[in-house]
Amino acid sequence: MSTPRLLHPVTRRTALKRLLFGAAGVALIDRIVPLARAAESAGTAAGPAQPVRPACAPARAKAVIQIWMWGGPAHLDTFDPKPDAGNDYCGPLKKPIATNVDGIRICELLPELAKHADKYSILRGMTHGNNGHETASYIVQTGHEPGGSLVYPCVGAVVSLFNGYDAGYKGRVPPYIVLTSAQGRFSEAGFLGLRYKPFVTGGDPAQRQFAVEGIVAAGITHERQQGRRALLHSLDTLGRAMPPNQQFQQLDRCEEKAYDMILGDGGKVFDLSDEKDALRDRYGRNTFGQSCLVARRLVESGVPCVTINYRGWDTHKQHFETMQRKLPEMDKGMASLLQDLADRGLLDSTIVWWSGEFGRTPRVQWESPWNGGRGHYGKCFSAVLAGGGFKGGCVVGASDSKGEEVADRPVFPQDMIASIYGLLGINPDAPLPNPRGLDVKVLQPEDTHSSRAMLREIM
Amino acid sequence: MIVFRRGGPLAMPGAGNNRAQASSYHIMWRLFTTIAICALVCAAFCEAQDDAAHSNAALQAAAPGVAAPFEMPAWPMPANAVDAPVLSELRARNIKPANPCSDAVFIRRAHLDVIGTLPDLREVREFLADRRPGKRAALVDRLLERDEFADYWAMKWGDVLRVKAEFPINLWPNAVQAYHRWIRDAVRNNMPYDQFARALLTSSGSNFREPPVNFYRAVQGRDAAAIADAVALTFMGARRASWPGDRQAGMTSFFSRILYKQTIEWKEEIVCMNPSPATGIESVFPDGGPARIVPGQDPRRVFADWLITPTNEWFARAAVNRVWAWLFGRGIVHEPDDIRQDNPPANPGLLACLEKEFVDARFDLRTLLRLVLNSRTYQQSSIPRTDTPEAEALFAFYPVRRLDAEVLIDALNWIAGGAGEKYTSEIPEPFTFIPDTHRTIALADGSITSPFLEMFGRPPRDSGLASERNNLPTDDQRLYLLNSSEVQRKLQRSRHLRAVTGLTAGNRQGTIRWIYLLLLSREPMPEETATAGRYFQSGALNTQDAVNDLAWALINSKEFLYRH
Repeated sequence: MSTPRLLHPVTRRTALKRLLFGAAGVALIDRIVPLARAAESAGTAAGPAQPVRPACAPARAKAVIQIWMWGGPAHLDTFDPKPDAGNDYCGPLKKPIATNVDGIRICELLPELAKHADKYSILRGMTHGNNGHETASYIVQTGHEPGGSLVYPCVGAVVSLFNGYDAGYKGRVPPYIVLTSAQGRFSEAGFLGLRYKPFVTGGDPAQRQFAVEGIVAAGITHERQQGRRALLHSLDTLGRAMPPNQQFQQLDRCEEKAYDMILGDGGKVFDLSDEKDALRDRYGRNTFGQSCLVARRLVESGVPCVTINYRGWDTHKQHFETMQRKLPEMDKGMASLLQDLADRGLLDSTIVWWSGEFGRTPRVQWESPWNGGRGHYGKCFSAVLAGGGFKGGCVVGASDSKGEEVADRPVFPQDMIASIYGLLGINPDAPLPNPRGLDVKVLQPEDTHSSRAMLREIM
Repeated sequence: MIVFRRGGPLAMPGAGNNRAQASSYHIMWRLFTTIAICALVCAAFCEAQDDAAHSNAALQAAAPGVAAPFEMPAWPMPANAVDAPVLSELRARNIKPANPCSDAVFIRRAHLDVIGTLPDLREVREFLADRRPGKRAALVDRLLERDEFADYWAMKWGDVLRVKAEFPINLWPNAVQAYHRWIRDAVRNNMPYDQFARALLTSSGSNFREPPVNFYRAVQGRDAAAIADAVALTFMGARRASWPGDRQAGMTSFFSRILYKQTIEWKEEIVCMNPSPATGIESVFPDGGPARIVPGQDPRRVFADWLITPTNEWFARAAVNRVWAWLFGRGIVHEPDDIRQDNPPANPGLLACLEKEFVDARFDLRTLLRLVLNSRTYQQSSIPRTDTPEAEALFAFYPVRRLDAEVLIDALNWIAGGAGEKYTSEIPEPFTFIPDTHRTIALADGSITSPFLEMFGRPPRDSGLASERNNLPTDDQRLYLLNSSEVQRKLQRSRHLRAVTGLTAGNRQGTIRWIYLLLLSREPMPEETATAGRYFQSGALNTQDAVNDLAWALINSKEFLYRH
């Protein structure tokens, strides 16, 4: 098995970087900082479920918002345009636009994001080589190889494990929220189990009422909720007949907390009617735009991990029509999110992570039956990172002139995830509790999809 | 005058409802629904005012110090053998036992405890109207013959015997089905408990063809010590680690010659005695008595023969204590599977009495159940008449407990009108395709689960420990029951509730009454009818929404969620 470092020429720049921050340096930092932390945590009382947390560098980011481009977005038509590659590669999208950072150009359908290029960095050398949705999703969501007997947790579940309830998270809403539908098998808690599963909102924030599962019941007004609760209490015949007892008191406590979410302030975070109309318009009055707004509200209220599952990027057919329709939507939502986070001083502590499971074939499939579509492409694609300690205005790595191969600085999903974990204060070498009691780490360094190099150039 | 058949819109998904309704039955189904609806209309009009059950319930509660509608002033039946030791212990400590529970409470409690199923409307109405003195005993007899009794008690034994395909038990799906079927048949045919234990301990052969051999496969680890632990826990209600060293070692020796052999069939395994060591074994039994196993003799048999001897103090004790805990939420020795010298029974006389009765009945579990279920101790109200802390451990009242996860989801799905639970499993999907009509209590495999079952604390069947089941309430559970779209959908789609609304249109009292009978198995109290009536009148809601809200309030009530 060859390591990626040998696969790709080491430029002088990367060599220098490795010298300064390379694996040994990282390991050293990881050794020094955690000792103090470990000593500190050893004193606190821990339940049996408490994960052992060998700490790493102190967290710079408090939260991560993952924009999951479900289906795989075309890198050529988003953040890695190739206007010189010709019609067979660009189709109608030949005129990339300049951004507010010199030398960075992105797709012409992303004018709003072009105004914020100083806030994010583009990884143009993403690669894992896998072209299957499920397996590629698994790699990009978990940072682990598919196959094997264990199903690893995705990033959100790991964040929930290390920065959620067990780490003293006291928020009213759960620490890991998915907007609005779950991705299923590969975006879940894996072997970590139910406790770390995301709270999936369901509903649609672009509707008049955002029907969050369990918290906001569609078609049931606030008054009816109150009326029902009063009815429930006035018909509590057994509860009244019984003298105070532990069983019922515990149930009553649970009910009170539930109603704090349903009727009280707990669920308010999902209520977008608090927001100014102008701001809501800026985000875009569609599911994605309003999900971005909800994500900002959640992060603002202290939630450490929010995933927006953004569907519709698996464009085998009618690719360019779909881009014309969806990119402006994505552009508005994501740009407004970055701007809004920055305006509120939240961008420094919030990672925004944009990625799909892979990119799409750089050469347009004009032939039947695709008639102008793009297929799955895991060999080379793009991802975007902003905030939470990631520098903006950089391009990391590059693809070749046609976007088909990684030309410089390949980044494997695991490197990207390790960097995100690093900024969140999660040590990639920390052990994960698992049912078989195996020696399992947050990330397995021996995976082939790792260069063992964090994204030091933008951290 | 009103006849509901099983399978009608208001029947429980019980014995007659187990098969999926093929589409060819659809017309008959509609016809049948119509007939049932007509019957319900007649009932609503003819019996609304003067119902025998209604007046009966009112009569039962009309005494001071008796909490309507949960209690009655006088016992409808004599005390039995179980009651004497309970009462004498309570008297000695000056603790007042609770009042007798009402008929309405009894029919619900007996259904939930014996068959894990809510009573249907017909059963409730017939039972409440019945004036015969022996009706409670007769109900117990009927319940013990129901198919759901076999399902529910096979589920309980499945927890103890660790019936599970996947990690960490790894029985694998085929063997799980065989093992579960064997257990369920044993319950249904009332196999005497000593034979049940002996079969599990001494069988040899293929895990597919000789299902009880799976006992030795359903253990985390196949070394003699792990198996000895499982045997001690299962049949002696004891943790081997609490024994003196020589007896721990002695116990291990009985399981030191088990051979597991693969065949060419996928996941088939032969379990038998390993014949190769030609030596005998000198050992000790858990009671310290000497054990001598001659060459060629199966040590498992020697142990089983010792175990099931009527004079063996462990065997009957562990069984009666376990059964008691299933009915009362706690054992006479508590935890029910932690019997040891320094964990004495709360009431030794009671334990001795049950042991004797069980042995005298030749280990007949149904006879044991009848004895307990027909006792006054079991038929007490759940409302204590004392605040002495030890009253619960001494069984001075029937303790309230949240419904088991499986029982609760079955009840909710029944109200929804038969929609089955959607299952998941860690293993590939084929094994989770289960017909809609299949009850959760009848699920064979502990590896097949659902988000609901996980949320409500169904045991993972990893160890066989009684404490694996978690019936404590959580915030998530409450949010789910109060406000999830799933529960809301179940109510909105409920054929039962729609039928009630349609049939009692214009008769609000009738509507409220039927909903109470349907969901809480009892007549509403006059105050409750008034409260619910005000809710119907109060506002902007149409009748169906108001009906759904009342049903919502009742399924979220303690009375619905808790055995009481």
